[in-house]
Amino acid sequence: MQTNFTTEQLADPDVAASEKILRACVHCGFCTATCPTYVLLGDELDSPRGRIYLIKQMLEEGKPATRDVTTHLDRCLSCLACMTTCPSGVHYQHLIDHARAHVEETYRRPWHDRTLRALLAFILPHPKRFRVALLGAALARPFRFVLPPGRLRAMLDMARDVPGPDATDRDGVFPALGRRRARVALLAGCAQRVLAPSINAATIRLLTRHGVEVVVTGGCCGALPHHLGKVDPSHELAASLIGQWVAELDGEGLDAIVVNASGCGTQVKDYGWMFRDDPALAKDAARVSLLARDITEFVTTLDLPAPSQGSGLTVAYHSACSMQHGQKITREPKALLQAAGFTVREPLDAHLCCGSAGTYNLLQPAIASQLKARKAATLAATGADLMATGNVGCMTQLADAVGMPVVHTVELLDWATGGPRPEALGSR
Amino acid sequence: MIAMPKPDPQILARRQAIAAQLRTLLPASSVIAETERMRAYESDGLTAYRQVPLVVALPETTQQVADVLRWARREGIKIVPRGAGTSLSGGALPVADAIVLGLGKFKAVLDIDYANRTVTVQPGVTNLAISNAVDAAGFYYAPDPSSQIACTIGGNVAENSGGVHCLKYGLTTNNVLGLEFVTPEGEIVRIGGKHLDSPGYDLLGLLTGSEGLLGIVTEVTVRILQKPETARALLLGFASAEQGGDCVAAIIAAGIIPGGMEMMDRPAIHAAEAFVQAGYPLDVEALLIVELDGCAAEVDHLIGRVEAIAALHGVVVSRVSTTEAERLRFWAGRKAAFPAVGRISPDYYCMDGTIPRAALPRVLAAMRDMSAKYGLGVANVFHAGDGNLHPLILYDANVPGELDRAEAFGADILKLCVDVGGVLTGEHGVGVEKRDLMEYQFDAVDLEQQHRLKCAFDVDLRFNPGKVFPTLHRCAEEGRVHVHRGETRFPDLPRF
Repeated sequence: MQTNFTTEQLADPDVAASEKILRACVHCGFCTATCPTYVLLGDELDSPRGRIYLIKQMLEEGKPATRDVTTHLDRCLSCLACMTTCPSGVHYQHLIDHARAHVEETYRRPWHDRTLRALLAFILPHPKRFRVALLGAALARPFRFVLPPGRLRAMLDMARDVPGPDATDRDGVFPALGRRRARVALLAGCAQRVLAPSINAATIRLLTRHGVEVVVTGGCCGALPHHLGKVDPSHELAASLIGQWVAELDGEGLDAIVVNASGCGTQVKDYGWMFRDDPALAKDAARVSLLARDITEFVTTLDLPAPSQGSGLTVAYHSACSMQHGQKITREPKALLQAAGFTVREPLDAHLCCGSAGTYNLLQPAIASQLKARKAATLAATGADLMATGNVGCMTQLADAVGMPVVHTVELLDWATGGPRPEALGSR
Repeated sequence: MIAMPKPDPQILARRQAIAAQLRTLLPASSVIAETERMRAYESDGLTAYRQVPLVVALPETTQQVADVLRWARREGIKIVPRGAGTSLSGGALPVADAIVLGLGKFKAVLDIDYANRTVTVQPGVTNLAISNAVDAAGFYYAPDPSSQIACTIGGNVAENSGGVHCLKYGLTTNNVLGLEFVTPEGEIVRIGGKHLDSPGYDLLGLLTGSEGLLGIVTEVTVRILQKPETARALLLGFASAEQGGDCVAAIIAAGIIPGGMEMMDRPAIHAAEAFVQAGYPLDVEALLIVELDGCAAEVDHLIGRVEAIAALHGVVVSRVSTTEAERLRFWAGRKAAFPAVGRISPDYYCMDGTIPRAALPRVLAAMRDMSAKYGLGVANVFHAGDGNLHPLILYDANVPGELDRAEAFGADILKLCVDVGGVLTGEHGVGVEKRDLMEYQFDAVDLEQQHRLKCAFDVDLRFNPGKVFPTLHRCAEEGRVHVHRGETRFPDLPRF
């Protein structure tokens, strides 16, 4: 695609990178077909091609973002389905990230929007703050009906009973049982730790039982503020993690950095890009990204033994966007579940987002709830006994809508190889 | 660059008032009138041409379309219809003083009727979505343009789209049974239905391929087919494009009608392989993908015959798909070949011409000379079975002069197609791209007759102006067509 940038504009490395991305777009329109918001709204401005046009214009003119542009960019889920579809290799992820940062820098949002975003960026990455906020929300929940349908009500709807912290919910080293085959870092995460501590617990059990020493390191990966366009906070969080992991790498060594929330995995795998122009961190960030693995990618290398207990259950596997589009992991989770004795089914339109998308369900409840209903219906139509996925955001989004228990893939793998039955399954 | 008609300054001056009136007919979110937002609609798949429209209207119902068209007629405002905006001939290119009427919100599958083997959908449903809707029951919709993931059935009807399977199963026009459309007067009309033929003139045939010049399609009934029991694809690599072309001609001459028969040249093979890793051989000059479908015994037999024919024509690589996944992988590269070329060149200009099969070696050789003459690369992808060529001319829009050279190169290719007894378009339509070459293909009498037909539907010429026909003269002036070249080309060739 033809672009119009001045030499001065291109001196900015971020603009230069975006220009390269824009040039790769040939305007074929393939991306519109798999974009959830275009499928729902039917307006090209709410499609990747339309947004690419809006971003191109905004960056070329070098002007502050307008309200209109912000509206359409805000509607993007960053699900990256367009990147899976794009035959020309347009790196939409880096383009929309740059655009979000530009919006954050140059556009003054209405006060309520500003406050809400600041609040989300302040609370969510920090488990203690999030736990307190959820307790507060639980108290407010009975009064949710006085609120008009919208963001606040969506937030209260999201607030469920908060499980207590799990015994394994601590940073530290969990030694391998038996002979040690590998040593990995596990990203402890932020919101997931509060919403579903059972995921980390199952991950640690599964790995240690199969001879892997697990070093749990804390902190948010920075994805939540990153998607809100808040560059500095997200870089700070990422830098802290990079520091912890590099210390382990140069200390006892690591075979992999394991992430069990695909949204976070996508982010960690992008650290190399995020810090590419940072002389102090570029090398370490690239090292970290190179070692990052989704839990299912890493477990695939372990050659798990045949399941010790056959469940005979049918699982509807929901591939999170960050899994299938962000990290292009499509085969491993299903293959592991099948090898563990489950029958795996996939919903129709498996490429479409469930509407969770980080904080999207809180910021764009109208679109998110339509996508949620659509996804829940296709998952229910599989007739499965339970649903599994690899991202806590999707689990939270779909838990009350699919009419079946919702678990993390790793909980099933843990169960099948000697771990406890996932709590979400109840006693069925 | 091809010139578009001069906009009416009075209409341009009324932009805000027109948008306000549209908002009384449509929901507020369906009317876009700010330049910043309209820019996303300024072009389709032919990015060399761009124009911000007067207003963009996105109606949600047939009634709204009729309301807008009745009002537009009263106000004398022009209309450019738009589907998914994937046209490669500029069919959906906006005009400065025209409303872009987008059908992106018409996304419902209305009826699936297995007893009659039909599916009825709204025009904004994508080509692939029709096949997906009936896939579980073992059916599919046969025409499959390479952009089928995104292009809509409404656009397919407008352009009479083809695809790799049209060699055996026909173009859009052979697979559409019924339409609902809104005339330029705003009248809702239904033609055809679920049956094969209707009394009276074949209006379905007329509407299909009319490129948005005659009305707006708001509902389409298509025929679906049962998926063949087996389909397998062969990859055949040749050391020269001529050998590949001869092999194609020999397969057809042997009476074999493959489900699809596609050819790619070296640059296209490399671009596609880089995108999908289909396992294409990278050291051949031409690659044929031949798909045979039917019952297993028939397919096995035909594969043997095609392999034998290929061997006679010097095939150097021959592979048969052994699994369904492998067959789809063979096709994935071909289906994504156009945009995948975007990886080897910042811009490309996709041509679409059709030639008699036997002329293929001559045309390919001439194209190589032209490539040297214009100093621009060319990647070739074509529906070899039916002689439909898609040369992709590689250029860089950021380099001054390259677009002009690409256009001149493209015009030379299309003239060559006509010179060897072929036609200007196979499936992308004339649009803006080939408009000025229409006079090279047709004489004044031909064009005048086509223009009369246009006038029968759109008497004040408000629908998709500047497209398809080189000269715009009022309907009352029929019989006084200005003709650039008085002579008739190829008087011995039958027209239509």
